[in-house]
Amino acid sequence: MDFTVALAQIKPKLGCVADNLLLIEEAVEQGIREQAGLVVFPELALTGYFLKDLVPEVALPLDAPEIRRLIELSRYISIAVGFVELSREYRFYNSALYLEGGEIRHLHRKVYLPTYGLFDEQRYLAQGDRFRAFDSSFGRMGLLICEDMWHLSAPYILAMDGATTLICLSSSPGRGISQAETLGSTASWQKLTSTTALFLNSRVLYCNRVGYEDGVNFWGGSEVIDPSGAVIARGEILEEDFVLAGISEAALRRERISSPMMRDENLFVTLNELKRIGKERNR
Amino acid sequence: MSELTVNTELLRKVLVGFVRDEVRKVGVRKAVLGLSGGIDSALVAYIAAEALGPENVHAIIMPYRTSNPESEAHARLVGERLGINCQVVEITPMVDAYFTLFPDAGNLRRGNKMSRERMTVLFDHSAALSALVLGTSNKTELLLGYGTLYGDMASALNPIGDIYKSQVWQLSEAMGVPMEIVEKKPSADLWAGQTDEQELGFTYREVDELLYRMVDLRMSRPELALFGFAPEFIDKIYTTVQNSHFKRRLPVIAKVSNRTIDRDFRYARDWGK
Repeated sequence: MDFTVALAQIKPKLGCVADNLLLIEEAVEQGIREQAGLVVFPELALTGYFLKDLVPEVALPLDAPEIRRLIELSRYISIAVGFVELSREYRFYNSALYLEGGEIRHLHRKVYLPTYGLFDEQRYLAQGDRFRAFDSSFGRMGLLICEDMWHLSAPYILAMDGATTLICLSSSPGRGISQAETLGSTASWQKLTSTTALFLNSRVLYCNRVGYEDGVNFWGGSEVIDPSGAVIARGEILEEDFVLAGISEAALRRERISSPMMRDENLFVTLNELKRIGKERNR
Repeated sequence: MSELTVNTELLRKVLVGFVRDEVRKVGVRKAVLGLSGGIDSALVAYIAAEALGPENVHAIIMPYRTSNPESEAHARLVGERLGINCQVVEITPMVDAYFTLFPDAGNLRRGNKMSRERMTVLFDHSAALSALVLGTSNKTELLLGYGTLYGDMASALNPIGDIYKSQVWQLSEAMGVPMEIVEKKPSADLWAGQTDEQELGFTYREVDELLYRMVDLRMSRPELALFGFAPEFIDKIYTTVQNSHFKRRLPVIAKVSNRTIDRDFRYARDWGK
């Protein structure tokens, strides 16, 4: 199905859920005005990124009024949004919701919590334990949160589970200044989103935030990548933006005809070999 | 070309955005900084003027009686070129009054006192003007500890603390800092004829090449030696970085409770911003 996607490249305030909800509502309204079918927000859009000990203070259960408000808005436009989820066992997850038609269609809990360099997620957050594709009005999709995408198996699993659209919510810090045209982190991500789309003959919708937290910049540059790996639309670097792009079903069909790698992908060879590796490691 | 060469257009965008965002999010519109006449503070003034508008930047020139008059002239030149607010506050009376109590104090103590005197003037104006104090220490100085703790190393925001002196030169040229400031020998100007490189015993360009590989690229000693750095130079710089580390950290707190500030009480400074 053809549809318009909006990538809301916003600048959340650190630890201010009420302010960020307003920011999100404004972008949702803009998406509705622009007749987008889906609006995607960054990772932790409701809370900001470097939360540290604020994690328990900003976490929301799935039945929180803020989440209910967004579910309500999804009657008018589908919404993918990141937040800190409070589970019944009092675990805190870096989670993303896909909301559509007034209900939660999918919840993804970030599996790969980076804890190196400037990252410290696993100190504060619990690890998700699955990657599952899900059906939406716009076809079968999969959700990834930032670092998830750097693990080849994650988008692979989603694609093998039938996803043809991969949505990645991100809060990627800009770093690695050099002579190059972009920051090192920008260049790496641009290679990754495009290559992932190319490998899996799938669209990639990548939404990254902007703004600064304690001197760390988030570089934006949100992207819509078509299943051939080509960039259809890209947001401003280091500035707030609202990226709109038309998604074409015909382009997906054509790509899957001309590059049928996903058709030919042998799940059973992969499974057998992974099982063997698993067994050998356990020895 | 050195690996330290940077895309100045992109660097400028990041640093200007940093000042604009981090100043405004605390609810103020202005910044105050000390203009020494040297390149670091000149560059920060250029960044701040672009980020906040020249009318929102307050520069204070704080000469001491032994300061080179050329320094004040260069500081004024930056102020005029940018159209920022510029004011001179002589620190001679305060510093000299103090040292009448300690007439035997040497250069180190006197230099530190001048540096801290200047910082008290800046933080006083931070309150008076409702403006954040911008730091002007670059990454080379910070790593070497070549600065005064609670003096020039103090600030609310430092736009240039993650760029080496060699990169300060590049960005300054790209942003139009007057060439006489870019090209002159770096000096703390604590006494006549003093230059940083003479005092340090090596040039900024040499040490930047080493620091970049040691700190940013995490090269091992054998790798650094292969690059042609003398083992004694590597050891000397490593020790200097190590021994000055206290200057880059908050004071050490004796832990007795379950939540000690900055150890297990951890919040970003932009908490709620």
